[in-house]
Amino acid sequence: MMELKSGQKDLTKTSPIEIKNLSVTYRTEPALWNIDLNFPEGKMIAIVGPNGAGKSTLIKAIMGLVPITAGKVSVYGKPYSSQRRKVAYVPQRGSVDWDFPTDALDVVEMGLYGRLGWLRRPNSQTRDKARECLAKVGLEEYTDRQIGQLSGGQQQRVFVARALAQDPQIYLMDEPLNGVDAITEETILSILEDLRKEGNTIVMVHHDLQTVDKYFDWVVMLNRNLVGSGPIKEVFTKDNLDKTYREKQRVSLG
Amino acid sequence: MVLEEIFSVFLGIFTDYTLRYVALGSAILGITSGALGCFTVLRKQSLFGDALSHAALPGIGIAYLLAGTKDSLLLMLGAAVFAWFGGIVTLAITSTTRIKQDAALGITLSVFFGLGIVFLTYLQSIGGASQGGLDRFLFGQAAALIEKDVINLGILAAGCFVVLIIFFKEFKIATFDSSFGQSLGFPTKYLSALLTSVIVVAVVIGLHTVGVVLMVAMLIAPAAAAKQWISSLKNMLILSAVFGGLSGIIGSMISSTTEGMSTGPVIVITITAILGISLVFSPKQGFLFQFIRRRKQFQNNSDQIPNISGKGKPRGD
Repeated sequence: MMELKSGQKDLTKTSPIEIKNLSVTYRTEPALWNIDLNFPEGKMIAIVGPNGAGKSTLIKAIMGLVPITAGKVSVYGKPYSSQRRKVAYVPQRGSVDWDFPTDALDVVEMGLYGRLGWLRRPNSQTRDKARECLAKVGLEEYTDRQIGQLSGGQQQRVFVARALAQDPQIYLMDEPLNGVDAITEETILSILEDLRKEGNTIVMVHHDLQTVDKYFDWVVMLNRNLVGSGPIKEVFTKDNLDKTYREKQRVSLG
Repeated sequence: MVLEEIFSVFLGIFTDYTLRYVALGSAILGITSGALGCFTVLRKQSLFGDALSHAALPGIGIAYLLAGTKDSLLLMLGAAVFAWFGGIVTLAITSTTRIKQDAALGITLSVFFGLGIVFLTYLQSIGGASQGGLDRFLFGQAAALIEKDVINLGILAAGCFVVLIIFFKEFKIATFDSSFGQSLGFPTKYLSALLTSVIVVAVVIGLHTVGVVLMVAMLIAPAAAAKQWISSLKNMLILSAVFGGLSGIIGSMISSTTEGMSTGPVIVITITAILGISLVFSPKQGFLFQFIRRRKQFQNNSDQIPNISGKGKPRGD
Protein backbone atom coordinates (compact mmCIF):
# COMPACT_ATOMS: atom_id res chain seq x y z
CA MET A 1 0.00 0.00 0.00
CA MET A 2 2.78 2.42 0.86
CA GLU A 3 4.39 1.81 -2.48
CA LEU A 4 1.26 2.73 -4.30
CA LYS A 5 1.10 6.02 -2.44
CA SER A 6 4.77 6.92 -2.90
CA GLY A 7 4.25 8.41 -6.33
CA GLN A 8 7.45 6.96 -7.72
CA LYS A 9 7.50 5.64 -11.24
CA ASP A 10 7.22 1.89 -11.30
CA LEU A 11 6.87 0.40 -14.73
CA THR A 12 5.49 -2.92 -13.51
CA LYS A 13 2.58 -1.11 -11.88
CA THR A 14 -0.77 -1.06 -13.60
CA SER A 15 -2.53 2.16 -14.48
CA PRO A 16 -5.04 3.42 -11.90
CA ILE A 17 -7.74 3.44 -14.56
CA GLU A 18 -7.58 1.64 -17.85
CA ILE A 19 -10.41 1.97 -20.36
CA LYS A 20 -10.61 -0.27 -23.41
CA ASN A 21 -13.03 0.21 -26.32
CA LEU A 22 -15.65 1.69 -24.05
CA SER A 23 -19.04 2.54 -25.53
CA VAL A 24 -22.09 3.70 -23.65
CA THR A 25 -25.49 4.08 -25.25
CA TYR A 26 -28.54 5.73 -23.74
CA ARG A 27 -31.51 4.16 -25.49
CA THR A 28 -30.43 4.61 -29.12
CA GLU A 29 -28.24 7.65 -28.60
CA PRO A 30 -24.52 6.92 -28.26
CA ALA A 31 -23.07 8.86 -25.31
CA LEU A 32 -19.54 7.53 -25.58
CA TRP A 33 -18.04 5.82 -28.58
CA ASN A 34 -15.09 3.43 -28.53
CA ILE A 35 -12.99 5.17 -25.90
CA ASP A 36 -9.45 3.89 -25.30
CA LEU A 37 -7.81 5.61 -22.39
CA ASN A 38 -5.21 5.15 -19.67
CA PHE A 39 -5.08 7.50 -16.72
CA PRO A 40 -1.58 7.99 -15.30
CA GLU A 41 -1.03 7.74 -11.57
CA GLY A 42 -0.37 10.75 -9.37
CA LYS A 43 -1.65 13.37 -11.79
CA MET A 44 -4.29 16.08 -11.81
CA ILE A 45 -6.39 15.12 -14.79
CA ALA A 46 -9.06 17.30 -16.41
CA ILE A 47 -11.83 15.94 -18.59
CA VAL A 48 -13.05 18.67 -20.93
CA GLY A 49 -15.59 18.80 -23.72
CA PRO A 50 -18.87 20.49 -24.68
CA ASN A 51 -22.22 19.77 -23.04
CA GLY A 52 -23.44 16.30 -23.87
CA ALA A 53 -19.93 15.13 -24.74
CA GLY A 54 -20.19 12.29 -22.24
CA LYS A 55 -17.87 13.68 -19.54
CA SER A 56 -20.08 12.68 -16.61
CA THR A 57 -20.98 9.46 -18.38
CA LEU A 58 -17.30 8.56 -18.63
CA ILE A 59 -16.83 8.99 -14.89
CA LYS A 60 -19.99 7.05 -14.14
CA ALA A 61 -19.04 4.29 -16.54
CA ILE A 62 -15.75 3.80 -14.71
CA MET A 63 -17.72 3.00 -11.55
CA GLY A 64 -20.38 0.97 -13.34
CA LEU A 65 -23.09 3.51 -12.51
CA VAL A 66 -24.31 3.45 -16.11
CA PRO A 67 -24.68 0.29 -18.17
CA ILE A 68 -21.77 -0.25 -20.52
CA THR A 69 -22.66 -1.24 -24.08
CA ALA A 70 -19.19 -2.49 -24.99
CA GLY A 71 -15.66 -2.41 -23.66
CA LYS A 72 -13.92 -2.85 -20.37
CA VAL A 73 -12.79 -0.71 -17.46
CA SER A 74 -10.20 -1.76 -14.93
CA VAL A 75 -9.04 -0.01 -11.79
CA TYR A 76 -5.48 -0.96 -10.90
CA GLY A 77 -5.84 -3.92 -13.21
CA LYS A 78 -9.02 -5.31 -11.66
CA PRO A 79 -12.75 -4.72 -12.12
CA TYR A 80 -14.12 -1.71 -10.24
CA SER A 81 -16.38 -3.88 -8.09
CA SER A 82 -13.36 -5.34 -6.32
CA GLN A 83 -11.60 -1.98 -6.03
CA ARG A 84 -14.31 0.27 -4.62
CA ARG A 85 -12.26 1.23 -1.56
CA LYS A 86 -9.61 2.79 -3.79
CA VAL A 87 -12.05 5.16 -5.49
CA ALA A 88 -14.06 8.12 -4.21
CA TYR A 89 -16.84 9.68 -6.26
CA VAL A 90 -17.84 13.32 -5.98
CA PRO A 91 -21.11 13.74 -7.89
CA GLN A 92 -22.36 17.03 -9.28
CA ARG A 93 -23.66 19.22 -6.50
CA GLY A 94 -26.98 19.58 -8.28
CA SER A 95 -27.57 15.85 -8.26
CA VAL A 96 -28.87 15.75 -4.70
CA ASP A 97 -31.67 17.48 -2.82
CA TRP A 98 -29.98 19.92 -0.42
CA ASP A 99 -33.28 20.32 1.38
CA PHE A 100 -32.82 16.78 2.74
CA PRO A 101 -33.08 16.70 6.54
CA THR A 102 -29.46 16.17 7.48
CA ASP A 103 -26.39 18.13 8.58
CA ALA A 104 -22.88 18.52 7.17
CA LEU A 105 -21.33 15.95 9.51
CA ASP A 106 -23.89 13.34 8.58
CA VAL A 107 -23.23 13.77 4.86
CA VAL A 108 -19.48 13.41 5.35
CA GLU A 109 -20.09 10.31 7.45
CA MET A 110 -21.81 8.74 4.45
CA GLY A 111 -18.33 8.45 2.92
CA LEU A 112 -17.64 5.79 5.54
CA TYR A 113 -20.76 3.73 4.89
CA GLY A 114 -18.92 1.61 2.33
CA ARG A 115 -16.35 0.67 4.94
CA LEU A 116 -19.05 -0.02 7.51
CA GLY A 117 -20.83 -2.31 5.09
CA TRP A 118 -24.30 -3.72 5.78
CA LEU A 119 -25.91 -3.62 9.21
CA ARG A 120 -23.12 -1.82 11.05
CA ARG A 121 -24.09 1.62 12.25
CA PRO A 122 -22.11 4.84 12.23
CA ASN A 123 -20.35 5.24 15.58
CA SER A 124 -18.14 7.65 17.48
CA GLN A 125 -15.15 6.60 15.38
CA THR A 126 -16.85 7.41 12.08
CA ARG A 127 -18.07 10.67 13.57
CA ASP A 128 -14.55 11.67 14.61
CA LYS A 129 -13.21 10.82 11.19
CA ALA A 130 -15.98 12.85 9.54
CA ARG A 131 -15.29 15.80 11.82
CA GLU A 132 -11.60 15.62 10.92
CA CYS A 133 -12.41 15.69 7.20
CA LEU A 134 -14.78 18.63 7.60
CA ALA A 135 -11.94 20.49 9.32
CA LYS A 136 -9.66 19.77 6.37
CA VAL A 137 -12.02 21.64 4.05
CA GLY A 138 -12.34 24.48 6.55
CA LEU A 139 -15.86 23.71 7.71
CA GLU A 140 -15.21 22.65 11.32
CA GLU A 141 -17.65 25.29 12.53
CA TYR A 142 -20.44 23.98 10.33
CA THR A 143 -20.68 20.36 11.49
CA ASP A 144 -24.22 20.70 12.83
CA ARG A 145 -25.40 23.01 10.09
CA GLN A 146 -28.41 21.92 8.09
CA ILE A 147 -27.03 21.27 4.61
CA GLY A 148 -29.68 23.47 2.99
CA GLN A 149 -28.33 26.44 4.96
CA LEU A 150 -24.81 26.11 3.59
CA SER A 151 -23.70 28.23 0.64
CA GLY A 152 -23.08 26.52 -2.68
CA GLY A 153 -19.34 26.58 -2.13
CA GLN A 154 -19.70 25.11 1.35
CA GLN A 155 -21.95 22.37 0.02
CA GLN A 156 -19.30 21.49 -2.53
CA ARG A 157 -16.66 21.36 0.19
CA VAL A 158 -18.89 18.99 2.19
CA PHE A 159 -18.86 16.69 -0.85
CA VAL A 160 -15.07 16.91 -1.04
CA ALA A 161 -14.82 16.14 2.69
CA ARG A 162 -17.00 13.09 2.13
CA ALA A 163 -14.56 11.87 -0.52
CA LEU A 164 -11.60 12.52 1.84
CA ALA A 165 -13.31 10.37 4.46
CA GLN A 166 -13.17 7.44 2.07
CA ASP A 167 -9.34 7.55 2.06
CA PRO A 168 -9.12 6.58 -1.60
CA GLN A 169 -6.26 6.62 -4.10
CA ILE A 170 -8.39 7.83 -6.99
CA TYR A 171 -10.79 10.77 -6.88
CA LEU A 172 -13.46 10.95 -9.58
CA MET A 173 -15.02 14.40 -9.40
CA ASP A 174 -17.86 15.76 -11.49
CA GLU A 175 -17.46 19.54 -11.89
CA PRO A 176 -16.49 20.27 -8.28
CA LEU A 177 -15.52 23.83 -9.21
CA ASN A 178 -18.78 24.65 -10.96
CA GLY A 179 -20.28 27.85 -9.57
CA VAL A 180 -18.24 27.94 -6.36
CA ASP A 181 -16.75 31.01 -4.68
CA ALA A 182 -13.06 31.87 -4.86
CA ILE A 183 -12.30 30.61 -1.33
CA THR A 184 -13.82 27.24 -2.10
CA GLU A 185 -11.97 26.92 -5.38
CA GLU A 186 -8.71 27.71 -3.61
CA THR A 187 -9.43 25.35 -0.71
CA ILE A 188 -10.40 22.46 -2.95
CA LEU A 189 -7.41 22.92 -5.25
CA SER A 190 -4.86 23.12 -2.44
CA ILE A 191 -6.31 19.96 -0.85
CA LEU A 192 -6.21 18.16 -4.18
CA GLU A 193 -2.67 19.34 -4.84
CA ASP A 194 -1.57 17.85 -1.49
CA LEU A 195 -3.34 14.61 -2.34
CA ARG A 196 -1.65 14.49 -5.72
CA LYS A 197 1.76 14.98 -4.12
CA GLU A 198 1.06 11.94 -1.99
CA GLY A 199 0.61 9.96 -5.18
CA ASN A 200 -3.18 10.03 -5.49
CA THR A 201 -4.81 10.36 -8.87
CA ILE A 202 -7.39 13.08 -9.35
CA VAL A 203 -9.78 13.02 -12.29
CA MET A 204 -12.03 16.02 -12.64
CA VAL A 205 -14.69 17.03 -15.12
CA HIS A 206 -13.84 20.63 -15.75
CA HIS A 207 -15.69 23.26 -17.76
CA ASP A 208 -13.49 26.34 -17.44
CA LEU A 209 -11.03 26.13 -20.33
CA GLN A 210 -9.14 29.23 -19.09
CA THR A 211 -7.82 27.42 -16.04
CA VAL A 212 -7.00 24.02 -17.53
CA ASP A 213 -3.27 24.67 -18.02
CA LYS A 214 -3.03 26.38 -14.63
CA TYR A 215 -4.58 23.65 -12.49
CA PHE A 216 -3.95 20.38 -14.32
CA ASP A 217 -1.05 18.41 -15.68
CA TRP A 218 -3.01 16.03 -17.89
CA VAL A 219 -6.07 16.53 -20.05
CA VAL A 220 -8.67 14.26 -21.63
CA MET A 221 -10.56 15.91 -24.47
CA LEU A 222 -13.87 14.33 -25.17
CA ASN A 223 -16.76 14.67 -27.53
CA ARG A 224 -18.45 11.28 -27.52
CA ASN A 225 -15.26 10.14 -29.21
CA LEU A 226 -11.89 10.66 -27.60
CA VAL A 227 -10.20 13.65 -29.25
CA GLY A 228 -7.00 13.49 -27.27
CA SER A 229 -5.46 12.49 -23.97
CA GLY A 230 -2.05 13.36 -22.56
CA PRO A 231 0.10 16.04 -20.94
CA ILE A 232 -1.39 19.53 -21.25
CA LYS A 233 1.44 20.88 -23.40
CA GLU A 234 1.10 18.18 -26.01
CA VAL A 235 -2.64 17.71 -26.12
CA PHE A 236 -4.35 20.93 -25.03
CA THR A 237 -3.77 22.59 -28.40
CA LYS A 238 -5.90 24.92 -30.46
CA ASP A 239 -6.24 22.22 -33.05
CA ASN A 240 -7.63 19.74 -30.55
CA LEU A 241 -9.88 22.37 -28.98
CA ASP A 242 -11.37 23.07 -32.39
CA LYS A 243 -11.93 19.39 -32.96
CA THR A 244 -13.52 18.91 -29.54
CA TYR A 245 -15.92 21.82 -29.69
CA ARG A 246 -16.68 21.92 -33.41
CA GLU A 247 -17.86 18.34 -33.50
CA LYS A 248 -20.66 19.28 -31.15
CA GLN A 249 -21.97 21.89 -33.52
CA ARG A 250 -22.01 19.49 -36.38
CA VAL A 251 -23.96 16.98 -34.34
CA SER A 252 -26.49 19.54 -33.20
CA LEU A 253 -26.92 20.88 -36.73
CA GLY A 254 -27.34 17.43 -38.20
CA MET B 1 -68.29 21.27 29.97
CA VAL B 2 -66.33 20.85 26.78
CA LEU B 3 -63.34 19.55 28.69
CA GLU B 4 -65.53 17.03 30.42
CA GLU B 5 -66.81 15.77 27.12
CA ILE B 6 -63.35 15.46 25.68
CA PHE B 7 -62.26 13.61 28.78
CA SER B 8 -65.11 11.14 28.57
CA VAL B 9 -64.33 10.44 24.92
CA PHE B 10 -60.70 9.96 25.80
CA LEU B 11 -61.71 7.60 28.60
CA GLY B 12 -63.63 5.65 25.99
CA ILE B 13 -60.35 4.28 24.65
CA PHE B 14 -59.96 2.34 27.87
CA THR B 15 -63.57 1.45 28.54
CA ASP B 16 -65.21 1.13 25.15
CA TYR B 17 -64.20 -2.12 23.50
CA THR B 18 -64.97 -1.00 19.94
CA LEU B 19 -63.31 2.37 20.24
CA ARG B 20 -60.21 0.79 21.74
CA TYR B 21 -59.59 -1.36 18.68
CA VAL B 22 -60.56 1.35 16.24
CA ALA B 23 -58.14 3.76 17.88
CA LEU B 24 -55.41 1.15 18.16
CA GLY B 25 -55.76 0.08 14.52
CA SER B 26 -55.75 3.69 13.36
CA ALA B 27 -52.73 4.47 15.51
CA ILE B 28 -50.82 1.50 14.05
CA LEU B 29 -51.61 2.75 10.57
CA GLY B 30 -50.65 6.32 11.45
CA ILE B 31 -47.33 5.33 13.00
CA THR B 32 -46.32 3.04 10.13
CA SER B 33 -47.41 5.29 7.28
CA GLY B 34 -45.98 8.29 9.11
CA ALA B 35 -42.50 6.78 9.34
CA LEU B 36 -42.43 5.27 5.87
CA GLY B 37 -44.12 8.25 4.27
CA CYS B 38 -40.95 10.25 5.05
CA PHE B 39 -39.17 8.28 2.37
CA THR B 40 -42.04 8.74 -0.06
CA VAL B 41 -41.86 12.49 0.42
CA LEU B 42 -38.05 12.75 0.39
CA ARG B 43 -37.80 10.64 -2.76
CA LYS B 44 -40.43 12.89 -4.34
CA GLN B 45 -42.65 9.88 -4.88
CA SER B 46 -45.81 11.12 -3.22
CA LEU B 47 -47.92 10.37 -6.26
CA PHE B 48 -46.22 7.00 -6.54
CA GLY B 49 -47.69 6.22 -3.11
CA ASP B 50 -51.09 7.27 -4.42
CA ALA B 51 -50.76 4.99 -7.44
CA LEU B 52 -49.72 2.08 -5.21
CA SER B 53 -52.76 2.41 -2.99
CA HIS B 54 -55.21 2.76 -5.87
CA ALA B 55 -53.62 -0.23 -7.58
CA ALA B 56 -54.36 -2.34 -4.52
CA LEU B 57 -58.12 -2.23 -5.10
CA PRO B 58 -58.47 -4.88 -7.84
CA GLY B 59 -56.28 -7.16 -5.70
CA ILE B 60 -58.96 -7.22 -3.06
CA GLY B 61 -61.64 -8.17 -5.56
CA ILE B 62 -59.53 -10.89 -7.16
CA ALA B 63 -58.45 -12.34 -3.82
CA TYR B 64 -62.11 -12.57 -2.86
CA LEU B 65 -63.06 -14.11 -6.21
CA LEU B 66 -60.36 -16.76 -5.95
CA ALA B 67 -60.65 -17.61 -2.28
CA GLY B 68 -64.28 -16.84 -1.65
CA THR B 69 -63.68 -15.60 1.88
CA LYS B 70 -63.43 -12.20 3.44
CA ASP B 71 -60.51 -13.27 5.57
CA SER B 72 -58.65 -10.00 6.05
CA LEU B 73 -55.16 -11.45 5.68
CA LEU B 74 -55.99 -13.00 2.33
CA LEU B 75 -57.54 -9.80 1.03
CA MET B 76 -54.49 -7.88 2.22
CA LEU B 77 -52.23 -10.28 0.37
CA GLY B 78 -54.19 -9.71 -2.83
CA ALA B 79 -54.01 -5.97 -2.26
CA ALA B 80 -50.26 -6.09 -1.67
CA VAL B 81 -49.59 -8.10 -4.82
CA PHE B 82 -51.56 -5.65 -6.93
CA ALA B 83 -50.07 -2.56 -5.31
CA TRP B 84 -46.64 -3.95 -6.13
CA PHE B 85 -47.75 -4.82 -9.63
CA GLY B 86 -49.04 -1.27 -10.06
CA GLY B 87 -45.65 0.07 -9.00
CA ILE B 88 -43.84 -2.16 -11.49
CA VAL B 89 -46.22 -1.19 -14.30
CA THR B 90 -45.50 2.48 -13.59
CA LEU B 91 -41.75 1.90 -13.67
CA ALA B 92 -42.06 -0.19 -16.83
CA ILE B 93 -44.02 2.55 -18.59
CA THR B 94 -41.46 5.24 -17.76
CA SER B 95 -38.44 3.10 -18.64
CA THR B 96 -39.67 1.62 -21.92
CA THR B 97 -41.72 4.43 -23.43
CA ARG B 98 -41.36 8.17 -23.77
CA ILE B 99 -44.21 8.73 -21.34
CA LYS B 100 -43.03 10.75 -18.35
CA GLN B 101 -43.52 9.70 -14.77
CA ASP B 102 -46.48 11.92 -13.93
CA ALA B 103 -48.45 10.62 -16.89
CA ALA B 104 -47.43 7.03 -16.12
CA LEU B 105 -48.64 7.44 -12.55
CA GLY B 106 -51.92 8.86 -13.78
CA ILE B 107 -52.39 5.91 -16.10
CA THR B 108 -51.65 3.28 -13.46
CA LEU B 109 -53.73 5.00 -10.83
CA SER B 110 -56.87 5.37 -12.89
CA VAL B 111 -56.70 2.08 -14.78
CA PHE B 112 -56.14 -0.03 -11.67
CA PHE B 113 -58.75 1.89 -9.73
CA GLY B 114 -61.22 1.44 -12.58
CA LEU B 115 -60.44 -2.26 -12.68
CA GLY B 116 -60.99 -2.45 -8.94
CA ILE B 117 -64.38 -0.78 -9.18
CA VAL B 118 -65.38 -3.16 -11.97
CA PHE B 119 -64.51 -6.14 -9.80
CA LEU B 120 -66.28 -4.81 -6.75
CA THR B 121 -69.48 -3.91 -8.57
CA TYR B 122 -69.45 -7.28 -10.35
CA LEU B 123 -69.02 -9.10 -7.06
CA GLN B 124 -71.83 -7.08 -5.59
CA SER B 125 -74.15 -7.93 -8.46
CA ILE B 126 -73.57 -11.68 -8.27
CA GLY B 127 -73.14 -12.24 -4.59
CA GLY B 128 -75.87 -10.48 -2.65
CA ALA B 129 -75.40 -9.21 0.84
CA SER B 130 -72.21 -10.95 1.89
CA GLN B 131 -70.12 -9.03 -0.63
CA GLY B 132 -71.38 -5.68 0.54
CA GLY B 133 -68.41 -5.39 2.86
CA LEU B 134 -65.82 -5.13 0.13
CA ASP B 135 -66.52 -1.56 -0.83
CA ARG B 136 -65.42 -0.46 2.62
CA PHE B 137 -61.89 -0.61 1.27
CA LEU B 138 -62.64 2.45 -0.84
CA PHE B 139 -62.79 4.85 2.06
CA GLY B 140 -61.97 2.45 4.86
CA GLN B 141 -64.15 1.43 7.73
CA ALA B 142 -62.15 1.59 10.89
CA ALA B 143 -65.28 1.02 12.96
CA ALA B 144 -65.36 -2.54 11.66
CA LEU B 145 -61.93 -3.37 13.06
CA ILE B 146 -61.93 -6.24 15.50
CA GLU B 147 -59.25 -7.65 17.76
CA LYS B 148 -58.02 -10.15 15.19
CA ASP B 149 -57.59 -7.43 12.54
CA VAL B 150 -55.67 -5.24 14.92
CA ILE B 151 -53.29 -8.08 15.79
CA ASN B 152 -52.68 -8.69 12.08
CA LEU B 153 -52.05 -5.00 11.48
CA GLY B 154 -49.69 -4.91 14.44
CA ILE B 155 -47.64 -7.83 13.11
CA LEU B 156 -47.37 -6.25 9.65
CA ALA B 157 -46.38 -2.92 11.14
CA ALA B 158 -43.74 -4.57 13.32
CA GLY B 159 -42.34 -6.24 10.20
CA CYS B 160 -42.08 -2.85 8.49
CA PHE B 161 -40.22 -1.36 11.42
CA VAL B 162 -37.78 -4.26 11.67
CA VAL B 163 -36.83 -3.75 8.01
CA LEU B 164 -36.68 0.02 8.49
CA ILE B 165 -34.37 -0.24 11.50
CA ILE B 166 -32.07 -2.84 9.94
CA PHE B 167 -31.63 -0.93 6.68
CA PHE B 168 -31.94 2.62 7.96
CA LYS B 169 -28.43 3.65 6.92
CA GLU B 170 -28.82 2.06 3.48
CA PHE B 171 -32.26 3.60 2.91
CA LYS B 172 -30.86 6.97 3.89
CA ILE B 173 -27.99 6.90 1.41
CA ALA B 174 -30.17 5.45 -1.36
CA THR B 175 -32.61 8.31 -0.82
CA PHE B 176 -30.16 11.18 -0.40
CA ASP B 177 -27.52 10.30 -2.98
CA SER B 178 -28.37 7.16 -4.88
CA SER B 179 -25.47 7.11 -7.34
CA PHE B 180 -22.94 7.80 -4.58
CA GLY B 181 -24.43 4.92 -2.59
CA GLN B 182 -24.10 2.75 -5.66
CA SER B 183 -20.45 3.77 -6.05
CA LEU B 184 -19.86 2.51 -2.50
CA GLY B 185 -21.30 -0.84 -3.51
CA PHE B 186 -24.84 -0.60 -2.13
CA PRO B 187 -27.34 -1.94 -4.67
CA THR B 188 -29.52 1.14 -4.52
CA LYS B 189 -32.00 -0.24 -7.05
CA TYR B 190 -32.75 -3.25 -4.88
CA LEU B 191 -32.87 -1.06 -1.81
CA SER B 192 -35.44 1.14 -3.54
CA ALA B 193 -37.45 -1.95 -4.40
CA LEU B 194 -37.29 -3.11 -0.79
CA LEU B 195 -38.36 0.33 0.42
CA THR B 196 -41.27 0.29 -2.03
CA SER B 197 -42.28 -3.14 -0.73
CA VAL B 198 -42.35 -1.87 2.84
CA ILE B 199 -44.44 1.12 1.72
CA VAL B 200 -46.81 -1.35 0.03
CA VAL B 201 -47.25 -3.07 3.39
CA ALA B 202 -48.06 0.29 4.97
CA VAL B 203 -50.61 0.92 2.23
CA VAL B 204 -52.19 -2.46 2.90
CA ILE B 205 -52.41 -1.66 6.61
CA GLY B 206 -54.29 1.49 5.65
CA LEU B 207 -56.90 -0.30 3.54
CA HIS B 208 -59.09 -1.14 6.53
CA THR B 209 -58.81 2.23 8.13
CA VAL B 210 -58.72 4.99 5.54
CA GLY B 211 -59.13 3.02 2.31
CA VAL B 212 -57.33 3.21 -1.01
CA VAL B 213 -58.52 6.68 -1.96
CA LEU B 214 -57.34 8.55 1.11
CA MET B 215 -54.29 6.46 1.91
CA VAL B 216 -51.86 8.80 0.21
CA ALA B 217 -52.68 11.51 2.75
CA MET B 218 -51.45 9.22 5.53
CA LEU B 219 -48.13 8.87 3.72
CA ILE B 220 -47.58 12.50 2.79
CA ALA B 221 -49.16 14.68 5.45
CA PRO B 222 -47.32 13.43 8.59
CA ALA B 223 -43.98 13.48 6.79
CA ALA B 224 -44.52 16.94 5.32
CA ALA B 225 -45.55 18.21 8.76
CA ALA B 226 -42.55 16.64 10.51
CA LYS B 227 -40.14 18.03 7.93
CA GLN B 228 -41.16 21.54 9.01
CA TRP B 229 -39.84 21.02 12.54
CA ILE B 230 -36.93 18.65 12.20
CA SER B 231 -33.42 18.67 10.77
CA SER B 232 -32.34 15.03 10.88
CA LEU B 233 -33.84 12.08 9.06
CA LYS B 234 -34.10 9.91 12.16
CA ASN B 235 -35.98 12.56 14.12
CA MET B 236 -38.17 13.31 11.13
CA LEU B 237 -39.20 9.65 11.01
CA ILE B 238 -39.96 9.62 14.73
CA LEU B 239 -41.95 12.86 14.72
CA SER B 240 -43.81 11.85 11.58
CA ALA B 241 -44.75 8.53 13.22
CA VAL B 242 -45.96 10.43 16.30
CA PHE B 243 -48.04 12.80 14.15
CA GLY B 244 -49.50 9.86 12.22
CA GLY B 245 -50.28 7.90 15.39
CA LEU B 246 -51.81 10.91 17.13
CA SER B 247 -54.06 11.70 14.20
CA GLY B 248 -55.18 8.06 14.16
CA ILE B 249 -56.17 8.19 17.82
CA ILE B 250 -57.67 11.69 17.75
CA GLY B 251 -59.49 10.99 14.50
CA SER B 252 -61.09 7.83 15.79
CA MET B 253 -62.12 9.56 19.01
CA ILE B 254 -63.74 12.45 17.16
CA SER B 255 -65.62 10.15 14.83
CA SER B 256 -66.86 8.09 17.78
CA THR B 257 -68.67 11.13 19.16
CA THR B 258 -71.05 11.34 16.23
CA GLU B 259 -73.15 8.53 14.88
CA GLY B 260 -72.31 7.67 11.29
CA MET B 261 -69.21 9.84 11.04
CA SER B 262 -66.69 7.85 9.06
CA THR B 263 -63.35 7.37 10.83
CA GLY B 264 -60.94 7.37 7.87
CA PRO B 265 -61.82 10.80 6.51
CA VAL B 266 -61.78 12.28 10.01
CA ILE B 267 -58.27 10.89 10.56
CA VAL B 268 -57.18 12.43 7.28
CA ILE B 269 -58.66 15.78 8.26
CA THR B 270 -56.89 15.57 11.62
CA ILE B 271 -53.48 14.92 10.09
CA THR B 272 -54.11 17.70 7.58
CA ALA B 273 -54.83 20.06 10.48
CA ILE B 274 -51.49 19.06 12.04
CA LEU B 275 -49.82 19.76 8.71
CA GLY B 276 -51.53 23.15 8.50
CA ILE B 277 -50.36 24.10 11.99
CA SER B 278 -46.83 22.98 11.14
CA LEU B 279 -46.75 24.98 7.92
CA VAL B 280 -47.76 28.14 9.74
CA PHE B 281 -46.07 27.89 13.12
CA SER B 282 -42.83 25.93 12.73
CA PRO B 283 -39.99 28.24 13.78
CA LYS B 284 -37.59 27.54 10.91
CA GLN B 285 -39.79 27.28 7.88
CA GLY B 286 -43.24 28.34 9.00
CA PHE B 287 -45.12 31.12 7.19
CA LEU B 288 -45.60 33.12 10.35
CA PHE B 289 -41.95 33.38 11.39
CA GLN B 290 -40.82 33.86 7.83
CA PHE B 291 -43.25 36.73 7.54
CA ILE B 292 -41.99 38.26 10.79
CA ARG B 293 -38.37 37.84 9.72
CA ARG B 294 -39.03 39.44 6.37
CA ARG B 295 -40.83 42.31 8.05
CA LYS B 296 -37.89 42.87 10.40
CA GLN B 297 -35.41 42.71 7.58
CA PHE B 298 -37.45 45.19 5.60
CA GLN B 299 -37.60 47.57 8.52
CA ASN B 300 -33.87 47.24 9.15
CA ASN B 301 -33.14 47.89 5.53
CA SER B 302 -35.34 50.92 5.34
CA ASP B 303 -33.63 52.24 8.46
CA GLN B 304 -30.20 51.83 6.96
CA ILE B 305 -30.72 52.89 3.38
CA PRO B 306 -30.62 56.66 3.09
CA ASN B 307 -33.95 57.90 1.96
CA ILE B 308 -33.55 59.18 -1.54
CA SER B 309 -36.98 60.64 -1.96
CA GLY B 310 -36.43 62.69 1.15
CA LYS B 311 -39.85 61.77 2.50
CA GLY B 312 -40.44 59.81 5.68
CA LYS B 313 -41.75 56.65 4.09
CA PRO B 314 -39.77 54.02 2.20
CA ARG B 315 -40.57 54.14 -1.47
CA GLY B 316 -42.80 51.73 -3.21
CA ASP B 317 -44.77 50.67 -0.16
